[in-house]
Amino acid sequence: MKILVPVKRVIDYNVKPRVKADGSGVDLANVKMSMNPFDEIAVEEAIRIKEAGKADEIIAVSVGPAKAQETLRTALAMGADRAILVETDDTVEPLAVAKILKAIADEEQPGLIMLGKQAIDDDSNQTGQMLAALMGRPQGTFANTVEIDGGSVIVKREIDGGLETVKLTMPAIVTTDLRLNEPRYASLPNIMKAKKKQLDVKSPADFGVDTAPRLTTTNVSEPPVRQAGEKVADVDAMVAKLKALGIA
Amino acid sequence: MTENEDVTEIRRAVRALCEEFPGEYWRAKDRARDYPAEFVDALTKAGFLAALIPEEFGGSGLKLDAAAVIMEEIQASGCNGGAAHAQMYIMNTLLRYGSDAQKAEYLPRIASGELRLQAFGVSEPASGTDTLSLRTVAVRDGDDYIVNGQKIWTSRAEHSDLMLLLARTTPPEEAASKTEGLSIFLVDMREARDAGGMSIKPIRTMMNHSTTEVFFDAMRIPASSLIGEEGKGFRYILSGMNAERILIAAECVGDAKWFIEKAAAYAKDRTVFARPIGQNQGVQFPIARCYAQMRAAELMVHHAAAAYDQGGNAGEEANMAKLLASEASWAAADMCVQTFGGFGFAEEYDVERKFREARLYTVAPISTNLILSYLAEHVLGLPRSY
Ligand SMILES: Cc1cc2nc3c(=O)[nH]c(=O)nc-3n(C[C@H](O)[C@H](O)[C@H](O)COP(=O)(O)OP(=O)(O)OC[C@H]3O[C@@H](n4cnc5c(N)ncnc54)[C@H](O)[C@@H]3O)c2cc1C
Ligand SMILES: Cc1cc2nc3c(=O)[nH]c(=O)nc-3n(C[C@H](O)[C@H](O)[C@H](O)COP(=O)(O)OP(=O)(O)OC[C@H]3O[C@@H](n4cnc5c(N)ncnc54)[C@H](O)[C@@H]3O)c2cc1C
Repeated sequence: MKILVPVKRVIDYNVKPRVKADGSGVDLANVKMSMNPFDEIAVEEAIRIKEAGKADEIIAVSVGPAKAQETLRTALAMGADRAILVETDDTVEPLAVAKILKAIADEEQPGLIMLGKQAIDDDSNQTGQMLAALMGRPQGTFANTVEIDGGSVIVKREIDGGLETVKLTMPAIVTTDLRLNEPRYASLPNIMKAKKKQLDVKSPADFGVDTAPRLTTTNVSEPPVRQAGEKVADVDAMVAKLKALGIA
Repeated sequence: MTENEDVTEIRRAVRALCEEFPGEYWRAKDRARDYPAEFVDALTKAGFLAALIPEEFGGSGLKLDAAAVIMEEIQASGCNGGAAHAQMYIMNTLLRYGSDAQKAEYLPRIASGELRLQAFGVSEPASGTDTLSLRTVAVRDGDDYIVNGQKIWTSRAEHSDLMLLLARTTPPEEAASKTEGLSIFLVDMREARDAGGMSIKPIRTMMNHSTTEVFFDAMRIPASSLIGEEGKGFRYILSGMNAERILIAAECVGDAKWFIEKAAAYAKDRTVFARPIGQNQGVQFPIARCYAQMRAAELMVHHAAAAYDQGGNAGEEANMAKLLASEASWAAADMCVQTFGGFGFAEEYDVERKFREARLYTVAPISTNLILSYLAEHVLGLPRSY
């Protein structure tokens, strides 16, 4: 079985993003970029499945600029077997990414497509779901545990108030949540081996996908600065305060 | 300066490993003067300490420049490579001058982590910086050498299986020249300790460095532990010391980066007199100056590593890299404490610990004065001063 793992190059989670002065987006010039943390979890899970003898090949895919090759190399250094970069400098919305992934899945025929539940830059939380719909295949989102069971995959999902278990017939789409695993760091010998692994570069046109955005961003702004709170003497004072604010 | 992809990937992997060893880990080790064995194990398992070992012996066959990046990144992450750096720099002596049999016997086991090569016995109580006057002697006796004498400041001796030892094999008055008569041995410390010929006594220092005194009492070692030719040890060790200086310089650059990053973040955040302290030029200029100083040292370190990797004598570059980087890190350490005000002294910020750790490198492994006299004499042609 093959596992397809899409990985996105995003602003590093340690970086405090700054909004561009003209409000058109976040300033990415000279900012540290890394693999989306949820995708790292997806790569780790795929490697664990392969190590357990339940998968033969892990293919990492990224849709993005030439620099996204670095992100793919990270996936290869962790343990993915080969990589595909679908290179474009344009903004690619979740629907277009899902269409490209579907085209790749049609070629590669993976048993499992493991995505992050969302990317920490735009927080869309859509690609996995759209891909499942386009492919007409089952989805297990927000995975807390993933278990391969013959031709099925059993996913415990993190939902409000607990865990829900679903059993999906493969090929299936799984999106990872934070607690699924702790990704490994690459070892030096694996970094060196990753250099020799195959990395194919394609373009969206190779898959016949039009990536023109369908949404227009009108404005991006900094979150409002948190105002100082107010201390109240007792419960009665608090109730009175809440009433005065029209909350209770 | 754009780095190649490998180096970027190595930096990222080292960072990720170091994230598992946060400030609390190092504070606890520091308080107990305890060796960070878990950290050294993790570095070993991930293959970083075998970076310089050729691939055919189980390492990654990288050059010194990549090893320098590993050490720099460890320090910049707030960890302390001092617990493990010797394996990197001692390695070069074995790689350059060891016999094929010695390499085949030791390198694969060092690469796998089965053997630790962390002890470097050069300094002695009475010889100090004047290495040629060292007094530990090794006398040939049939198929063995018998070693008598004492080393001091032999760091990590209690946490190493092998020691690279410099000892006198020909008395100075009989040696062909002043720089001949010393030899290098790769000593199996486990055998030597079991046989009672070697004993180790820890020295408590102002930082957690696991340094010791080592005593040799008729220590018998096989003649096969001699590296290269007898009597040529000083020449071999000088080349190894250039690698050491470059790697230590890279660590200093990493330390400087850590101090600068901490200071800048703190100065943006800390508000007194109703504004961030970093808004005052009196606070921001020292940080900016340290940054410039660090960047200059960083360029020199890469230049020195490239010179070393090309072969030949990188003495000038290695010494200048060590001088500039150790001064840059110490300046940054002092600046960082000043920026943190009183909080720079509180253990929980890690600044005081790093400050103590950073102080070492203008003294050891070679002190600044000796670098300056090297440059004056050997580069500028001034008369020898000592
Ligand atoms: C924590 C720690 C770890 C160490 N680890 C090791 C190790 O693992 N292996 C090892 O072999 N050694 C190790 N050393 C020893 C280190 O290399 C020496 O301390 C260093 O070389 C200086 O030697 P010294 O301490 O004897 O100082 P000295 O030689 O006594 O020098 C004292 C001062 O005098 C100055 N000085 C001396 N001669 C001259 C001169 N001709 N001109 C101008 N100034 C001069 C020096 O610059 C220095 O400032 C370690 C030291 C420390 C503190
Ligand atoms: C060991 C120790 C013992 C102490 N004992 C006592 C004690 O017994 N009693 C007591 O009351 N206090 C004590 N202190 C506190 C000490 O007086 C303060 O640490 C000191 O006044 C600095 O204040 P701060 O640490 O809050 O630094 P901050 O005020 O946060 O200053 C941080 C840095 O910013 C600089 N800075 C701040 N504002 C400006 C500006 N406008 N322009 C330029 N630079 C600026 C400062 O010079 C400093 O370098 C002690 C501190 C220590 C470390």
